[in-house]
Amino acid sequence: MNPLIEGIAAPLPFSNLDTDQIMPKQFLRIIDKAGLDRGLLYDLRFDEHGAPRPGFVLNQQAYTGASVLVAGPNFGCGSSREHAVWGLQQFGIRAVIAPSFGEIFYFNAVNNGLLLVSLPPAEVDALLARVSNTDLAGGNRVAVDVMAGQVRAADGWTANFTLPERHRRMFAQGQDMVGASLAQLPEVERFEAAHWARHPWMKDVARTVRDRLDAGHE
Amino acid sequence: MPGMTLYDKLVASHEVARIDDEHILLYVDLHIMNEYTSPQAFSGLAARGRDVLRPGQQMAVVDHIIPTHPVPAALRVIPDDASSRQALNLKRNCDEQHIALFDTTDPLQGIEHVIAPEHGMILPGMVVLCGDSHTTTYGALGALGFGIGTSEVEHILATQTLVYRVARNMRIRVDGVLGAGVSAKDLVIYVVHRIGAQGARGHAVEFCGTAIDALSAEARMTLCNMTVEAGARAALIAPDAVTDAYVTAHALQLRGETLAAARAYWSALRSDDDAAFHVEHAFDAADIAPFVTWGTSPDQAMPVTGRVPDPQAEPDTLARLALEKAMDYIGLAPGMPIAGVPIDRVFIGSCTNGRIEDLRVVAAMVRGRKVAASVRAMVVPGSGAVRAQAEAEGLAAQLIDAGFEWRQPGCSMCLAMNDDVLRPGERCASTTNRNFEGRQGRAGRTHLMSPAMAAAAALAGRIVDARDWEQAK
Repeated sequence: MNPLIEGIAAPLPFSNLDTDQIMPKQFLRIIDKAGLDRGLLYDLRFDEHGAPRPGFVLNQQAYTGASVLVAGPNFGCGSSREHAVWGLQQFGIRAVIAPSFGEIFYFNAVNNGLLLVSLPPAEVDALLARVSNTDLAGGNRVAVDVMAGQVRAADGWTANFTLPERHRRMFAQGQDMVGASLAQLPEVERFEAAHWARHPWMKDVARTVRDRLDAGHE
Repeated sequence: MPGMTLYDKLVASHEVARIDDEHILLYVDLHIMNEYTSPQAFSGLAARGRDVLRPGQQMAVVDHIIPTHPVPAALRVIPDDASSRQALNLKRNCDEQHIALFDTTDPLQGIEHVIAPEHGMILPGMVVLCGDSHTTTYGALGALGFGIGTSEVEHILATQTLVYRVARNMRIRVDGVLGAGVSAKDLVIYVVHRIGAQGARGHAVEFCGTAIDALSAEARMTLCNMTVEAGARAALIAPDAVTDAYVTAHALQLRGETLAAARAYWSALRSDDDAAFHVEHAFDAADIAPFVTWGTSPDQAMPVTGRVPDPQAEPDTLARLALEKAMDYIGLAPGMPIAGVPIDRVFIGSCTNGRIEDLRVVAAMVRGRKVAASVRAMVVPGSGAVRAQAEAEGLAAQLIDAGFEWRQPGCSMCLAMNDDVLRPGERCASTTNRNFEGRQGRAGRTHLMSPAMAAAAALAGRIVDARDWEQAK
């Protein structure tokens, strides 16, 4: 994946923006990943009649085509729904910059190659102020340079970040995570043999219990 | 060498391999799935021609999308086409891969985090993962549980392991005695309020102290369940006699020598005396009143005796914006008492408070009384087994007599993926875990509280201090 993301950054200056808001429930009744761009931040983007809310940043012309979000702390907290990450990506978001991220959301993002950049709160505030200013054309554009570990605003403001190694690798190269772990299957089987020798009651617990229930022993 | 925490021990005993400085390959003893966070994982496996490695260690349940209308279990249907497709898809995946399923019409169907412990699938010392954030529940029994995403569901199906970043250790000590009418739900809302919605982010939280010791196993589940609302990666309580009694009563597959060996193992599951925690908090149980959320984040909470905060008093800009956004959404005014706020709906249920002890508390509060005429109140038991037990104990009849709807189990209005939804502007006293904007329905307003508080709110038609409504026993 291109390690340099350049584009419009939209400010979402809220703390604890949870995944229920990022991808509301009515878009989760699927068995594939299709159509989640429509659901992204739905109740913030649209009113009760489905009409765009003109006041919301992603509905404003200056932010059309935004590829970066700048947000408050604990972005993506709450529900584990990976649909939130899929929806952000389908909408065209390639990076989110915030002081911190919800844990499960963070790993979902890493596993899908959505870039999450943590900056100290003061630097996020400074960046929010810059990308909120639409007086100058292009003033809300940023560059997120993964190789250099730097966020650059249009006016020359910069902030440095370090990306955890695994996140960098998953972002830059992508990875068949399952395939990589399947290569370690012999180690898994060795572990299991010892684990079950010590704790035989932990083996096949789901099937054991279901069989017990089906046999009606209770 | 310094001592190990309980969390350290659980992680070490499940480490298959070290991947890098931060990550290990973690072995998963039990993996639980639902109909909405697993479909794309099965598709991902199929696309690469991969199989489920350990089908006997997978369990699945239809819980998030299922309607809860009070028809007999065998007649339950899912009219919504998209939801029905999710349930049928789960059944097909489980049939093909020989995975234990609690399907739509199964009399034992229920919420994943309710049925797994009640049938003895959760044992101390296990690692239990599920594509649902409230998997932290299982720490109540000394098992390491936490939520994962769908990519990770696929990874576990194929390898029975997770690429896992080891968390930091936090200990929360709560000593003293919870006051009359104050429950584990009040305790956990209080803790989330005190440490904040990201106060435990990146940490596995071990609870200890005399107030924790005194909690029942089900109350501990309530506590550990909602600790994720402080951002915790996991919540844990060291197994003790309470744990042993619960587990042995439910895990009927453990007998004889196996049970003796398991018990010997459980007794070692505790933090060493010299174990170091990165962060420690201590609270006094006597300080905790019945707690209610006023806003749209679970940490925006207050004692029922208090007044709604004023956002203008918050010096930090982002934090003030969040308070103003919450206040605007919830439709309250700064400085007003939270007690007295009229409510339209009451919801009793969820993986936080849908167990038999919760229903006993509600029934005791409403027995011989009536739900206020202005309120629609429903009880959605956590599982078919809970429902049957409540009927056998006579609780269901008391709830129905008081004017509650007595429904079939499911996640229901906790996240409103089925047809149990707040209408815009409706205000709900809810025993669930999240008061997020739109969580229970677009423009719906949620106040999280304990079962006793929600029951009292149903009677009064407004938020009240349940301690004033307790019945003489």
